[in-house]
Amino acid sequence: MRPIMQLDGVTVQLGRVRALQGVSLSITAGERVALVGPNGSGKSTLLRTLHGLLSPAFGIARRDGALRQAMLFQRPHLLRTSALNNVALGLWLDRSLGLSWATAKAQALQALARVGLQGISAQGGRQLSGGQQQRLALARAWARQPDVLLLDEPTASLDPHAKREVEALIAEFAQGSSQPLTLVWASHNLGQVKRIATRVLCLESGRVLADLPVEDFFNAEVLAHVSPEAHAFVQGETV
Amino acid sequence: MNTFSDSVTTALHLLIAFDPSLWVIVGRSLAVSATACLIGYGLGVLLGAGLAVSRFRGREVVLLGLNTLLALPSVVVGLVVYLLLSRTGPLGVLGWLFSFKAMVLAQVVLVLPVVTALTRQVVEDVERQHGEQWASLGAGALVRSLLLAWDERLALMTILVTAFGRAISEVGAVMIVGGNIDGFTRVMTTAIALETSKGDLPLALALGLVLLAVVGLLNVLVALLRRRSEARLGTSPALVGGL
Repeated sequence: MRPIMQLDGVTVQLGRVRALQGVSLSITAGERVALVGPNGSGKSTLLRTLHGLLSPAFGIARRDGALRQAMLFQRPHLLRTSALNNVALGLWLDRSLGLSWATAKAQALQALARVGLQGISAQGGRQLSGGQQQRLALARAWARQPDVLLLDEPTASLDPHAKREVEALIAEFAQGSSQPLTLVWASHNLGQVKRIATRVLCLESGRVLADLPVEDFFNAEVLAHVSPEAHAFVQGETV
Repeated sequence: MNTFSDSVTTALHLLIAFDPSLWVIVGRSLAVSATACLIGYGLGVLLGAGLAVSRFRGREVVLLGLNTLLALPSVVVGLVVYLLLSRTGPLGVLGWLFSFKAMVLAQVVLVLPVVTALTRQVVEDVERQHGEQWASLGAGALVRSLLLAWDERLALMTILVTAFGRAISEVGAVMIVGGNIDGFTRVMTTAIALETSKGDLPLALALGLVLLAVVGLLNVLVALLRRRSEARLGTSPALVGGL
């Protein structure tokens, strides 16, 4: 299958820090790629590079020009306005979508219904609970009908109940859509990775230690053979 | 009774009796400063928000200059505007010197750096933290700057009060370009300076009390508006967590 996103020897410099070092990977449509690794390993930088928010200092980042992408951040920024306006503004501001304000609002309402927030569309976005805020941000991303959804530790700062709700929505989006949705997300939750991912990339100090199908990644023998460091990381996380 | 308590008593009489000579000056002061603030605030918010998201060669020098202008003495502003508006100056043809318009212009020059610098700081802080989220939603730099400025409207209200406080309390600039002409360009601060030098302390004190009350009232209004907006729209994100 033809890759829809590709990095060739990509190095990303953030100030004096080399956040990614010679990363090469390709992602095909419909894959659900989990990025795991310790804090500061480059997961967020890799996501931002794939999304086009960061440019490589060296190497090449390629994306299918027709791709529609959306990204969900760990701490979504919500404006001091209603939940509905937060989603509608996300659509209306993107001139490439060319939506009128009325259409943007109608689509935003549908997206809110999709994440179960239609009942509180008039409430201030910042007044919602942490889980609701993350679902609202997910609706804002989902409303754009993306081909690729990039998520930066979307459940990291949520309580267990909210975590389950958001995870269920992500899994539903990934598996339940008519078109294959490509999912790339950073996570510290290996259980979640096991449940949703089809492929796992383990990073450390800006380098890819292992890039394996999910079954192989959670097979201790295979992982230890491919990358003892990645194996040590998984062992540490599951102790 | 000493001079101070005598003056306070007479000042309060002047206020309660709605002395027209006093209230005309108060009205003119409010009109000059409110007009200058509206113009300076409108321009300053646009400039500040634009500066917050734009990156260009020499930006650091511009910011340094802007921050220096925060401490610009009002007499220097008065002098510069005087030179611009004087008959031989580049804007002399306007014939604004010693007029209401000249005082407004001087106060606009005075508040513009304050509004621009503070807006730039507020918007840049939010842009640094969250700008990429809006960039990822397709908002370009200009749209982002306006959007984030609008979102920080509660902080920008405080900047408006700061700007108004700076405008209404300054004396040097309006004295130089307005001339303190009785019934024409006399405002609270210039009147206070004049009446004090003449020894008419009650009128000066009454004007001082009004000046304090105006700024105090404005602060109360902003605090109420802020509290109402925060209750309706929320203050800060409920989510916590690191990278």
